[in-house]
Amino acid sequence: MAKTIDHLVGQVRENRVWRSIFRSGTGDSNLHRALFVQQNVFLHLFSIKARKRTLEFSATWYLGALTFGTFLILVITGVLLMLYYHPSVPQAYADMKDLQFVVSSGVFLRNLHRWSAHAMVFLVFAHMFKVFYRGAYRPPREFNWIIGVVLLLVTLLLSYTGYLLPWDQLAFWAVTVGSNIASAVPVMGSKIRFLLLGGTAVNANALLRFYVLHCVILPLFAVIFIAVHFWRIRKDGGIYPGESSAEGGAK
Amino acid sequence: MSDDPKPTASPDSPEEMSRRKFFVKMGVGSIAVAAVGTAAFGYEFLSPNVLYEPSPIVDAGKPDRYAPDSVTLDPQTAIYVVRTGEGFFALSAICTHLGCLTAYKPDLGIIACPCHGSKFKKDGVKIEGPAPRPLPWLRMWLNDDGNLLVDRSNAIAIKQLVRV
Repeated sequence: MAKTIDHLVGQVRENRVWRSIFRSGTGDSNLHRALFVQQNVFLHLFSIKARKRTLEFSATWYLGALTFGTFLILVITGVLLMLYYHPSVPQAYADMKDLQFVVSSGVFLRNLHRWSAHAMVFLVFAHMFKVFYRGAYRPPREFNWIIGVVLLLVTLLLSYTGYLLPWDQLAFWAVTVGSNIASAVPVMGSKIRFLLLGGTAVNANALLRFYVLHCVILPLFAVIFIAVHFWRIRKDGGIYPGESSAEGGAK
Repeated sequence: MSDDPKPTASPDSPEEMSRRKFFVKMGVGSIAVAAVGTAAFGYEFLSPNVLYEPSPIVDAGKPDRYAPDSVTLDPQTAIYVVRTGEGFFALSAICTHLGCLTAYKPDLGIIACPCHGSKFKKDGVKIEGPAPRPLPWLRMWLNDDGNLLVDRSNAIAIKQLVRV
C-alpha cells in the first residue's frame, strides 16, 4: 500500500504540469531541497539552510513564528467578519450583535479574532523581550530590530483601530479618550485629531476611517514589513545562534 | 564652424553641466515637486470640507423648565444648564482632560468625570483630578420665542448670567 502511494506521488511529481510549477525536480539531495526553498516565492524569504541550534525551542521559544501565526488567524477571521459588518452608524453595533447571536459560528469567529488580537500584542512584546535579553538585536541584526519596532507600532495601531469597530460604549469612549491624547501633540495636535476622525467628534466619519485603516491600510503595511523582517533574517546570517556559538560572516 | 578652438562642455568642469547630470537634476527635481504636490493634495483630500455633524447651537427650551438652584445635564448635547438664584448659565459637560462626559452628583453638589476622576464645582472650577482647565462656560442667550439657546462652539471668558 505504502509503495503504491509512493509510486502515485512519484508519478504526480514527474507530471508535466507539476514540473512546470515546481522546477526544482524530484530527489532527496541537498541540492534539490535547497532549490525547492530558493525557487519558491514565499520560502525564498528564508535561508535554504539553518543551524540546528537555531531551530531548537530554547533559541527563540518560537515567539516570532507564533506572532505570525496569530497574524494569519487574524487575517482569515477578519476577512470572514467583514462579510457581516457594515461600517456605518448605528448599523455597526447591530452587526456586531448579529455576529454574536445570529450568524452561524459568528461568536466563535469574533472571539477568535478578539483573543488572537490580544495574543498577538502579548506575543510581540514577548518576542521583543526574548530578542533583547539574548542580545539578538546587536549588529548585524540592528536594522531588523528597527523593522520589528515598526511592526510593534503597526500591531498597536491595528489593536487601537479595531477597538472602535463594535461601536459600543466602551469603543466610543476609548476612542474619544485616545483621539484626545493624539491632540496633545504639540502644534499640529488638533489637526492630527481632525484628520484621524475625519471631523471634530467620534462619529460616522471616524468609524469609516478606522475601518479602512484597520482592514486595508494597516494590514498592508504589516504584510510588507513582515516580508522584509523575514528576509532580513536570512540576509543577517540566519537566526541568532547564541553567545556560545561562533558566528560566520553575514550572508 | 568645426575649426572653432573653444572646447565643448567637459563633464568635469564645475560651471558646465553634462547632459546626463542635467537630466538627472531635472528628473529628481520634478519628482520632488510632484511629491510636494501629492502631499498637499493628500492633505486636502483627507480633510473633509463639509461635516454632517450636529449643530453647535442647542435649544435648551423654556427657562421655567429648570428648577431654581438646579444643575441639569443633557447627555445628547453634553451641556449643563445651571440655574442659580440670580439667573442661568451653560457649562460644557465635556471633561477638559480627555473628553469624557461628566456627570452631576446632586448629593455632593459637584460635577465628576467617570474616566480619570476629575471633580469640578457647579460653576466649572476644578476641585481635583487631572483636568488641566475648568469646564468652560458657553455662550447662552434668550431667543425671540423665549427659549434658552446655547452655542457649544463658543466658550465665554467672562462669566455672565442670563437673567430672565
